Amino acid sequence: MSNSHREHHICWGGGCDHRGGHCLQVEQLSAGYGALDALSDLSFSIDCGHTLALIGPNGAGKSTLLNVLAGLLRPRSGRILWNGAPLMDNRHEIAYVPQRSEVNRNFPLTVRGLVEMGRYPSLGVWRAAKQHDRDIVERAIDALGLRELSRRQIGELSGGQQQRAFLARALAQEAHIMLLDEPFTGLDLPSSESLGEMLRALAAEGRLIIASHHDLITAPKIFDYSLLLHRELISFGKTADSLRADHLQVAFGYLPHTLQA
Amino acid sequence: MNELCNFLAEPIAQRSLWACAAIGFSNGFVSALVVLRRSSLQIGTLSCALLPGIALAILLFGFMQLSILLGAVIAGLLVGLGSLFVSRTSRIDHDTALSILHTTAFAIGYIILVRLGLQQKVDDWLFGNIMSMSNTDLLIAYLTGALAVLSITALQRPLLICLFDPRAAATMGIPTRAFSYGIFSLIILVLVSSLQAVGAFLTLGLLVAPAATVYLLTNRAGWLFWGGGLIGAGGSVLAFFLSFPLGWHLGATIILVLGLIFLIAYIFSPKYGLLAKKQ
Repeated sequence: MSNSHREHHICWGGGCDHRGGHCLQVEQLSAGYGALDALSDLSFSIDCGHTLALIGPNGAGKSTLLNVLAGLLRPRSGRILWNGAPLMDNRHEIAYVPQRSEVNRNFPLTVRGLVEMGRYPSLGVWRAAKQHDRDIVERAIDALGLRELSRRQIGELSGGQQQRAFLARALAQEAHIMLLDEPFTGLDLPSSESLGEMLRALAAEGRLIIASHHDLITAPKIFDYSLLLHRELISFGKTADSLRADHLQVAFGYLPHTLQA
Repeated sequence: MNELCNFLAEPIAQRSLWACAAIGFSNGFVSALVVLRRSSLQIGTLSCALLPGIALAILLFGFMQLSILLGAVIAGLLVGLGSLFVSRTSRIDHDTALSILHTTAFAIGYIILVRLGLQQKVDDWLFGNIMSMSNTDLLIAYLTGALAVLSITALQRPLLICLFDPRAAATMGIPTRAFSYGIFSLIILVLVSSLQAVGAFLTLGLLVAPAATVYLLTNRAGWLFWGGGLIGAGGSVLAFFLSFPLGWHLGATIILVLGLIFLIAYIFSPKYGLLAKKQ
């Protein structure tokens, strides 16, 4: 880890060699499936240390954007840069947290086993885990308050605990960019608030948190930046500016009730 | 007892015993993949879909291990991919398409085998006949088992991530598509190599029950492979010794024993058993 890296902020991201802050740039990105253009000509850029919500109606392209950022879908055109270099050349910088409904809760896997999976990008197929790797796993477990739950099977966790366990895996990956697919869906209020707090804390340590999100009420409390989408960029910026009534009107085609007051 | 000793002295009995152990082990080992992928019904339909491939291979090339194997794999792929194609190009869902295609394939295979005058063979393919296994068959069973153990053990770490969380696996640089095809091929290979022993109808039990039993006992996915292999082998060998004095069909006895072992775990598993849950 280079010194210039440390001067700017504390973060666990290993293996990065850059001067100055970390910046994610998306330039004229277009993507889609078959004949469908899910996203066109999207450009924005954001520094790490922030939490960014991807917001828009169903089919607006939130998942598509998340998939492209995660490298799960190849863009039709445009570039994604991380510190000036293609993000896909820096795949170790990405950690992905799947939507809760996609997780097989009966899989024979403990919380610790899940977090250990996060060491795969560093260890590869055969290398044995060293003390260093075990330390990182233990730190990630502690950082998300999972110590007491570490021997539980993942299906025995509540929704909020499960999200924390997946976040701990993302931490163990030592990635700078965390991509989360609808992390707040189905969580009760207390779990939702504590998860929001953790995301902000992770961002404060120098990570970039990007999550698709559908709740316009909670978005300003959780995310400091928001990107409003409807097949193309409607607005991007600090959440309060980005989610202004006139922008929402454009994105959703009407002003959502809840915000009219 | 004496009778059993005499029987065991016969080469054919010894060969069957080894075949039971080998086939039970490799099926049990690979059954972890089937259980973790939650794809047992698909695999079940597949075992019947292999029949026309086998029948056509016999029709065209006679009884040759390699051509039978290839025919089975091709038939399995055609039905598997064909059902996917039908579901994508119509409003029929995948399960429905698979049900139609595999029963149709099965019917074709049955007609061909009967037309070929292989009535006895038909019974073997459907219900299995371990006694009919040759030395080559036994060798193939060993090799399949070795391949399964080697490939799964070597790639276990990325394999489990892939099975649990394919999207995250892809972001970690694991070639998930290649893994899917690899898993599918390995399952077909094991399926075909044991088809002769346990038959198309019964083989699903051998490819699911062992790991499903371990699934009820542990939270370590890695143990499903070896645990499944040991239960598969142990259950099959036990069935071998039961079937002789009882005069029961060996293939059916193997599946019955594995079913009973599963039942015991289902009821008595210390953590996930029926009794544990009631308390």
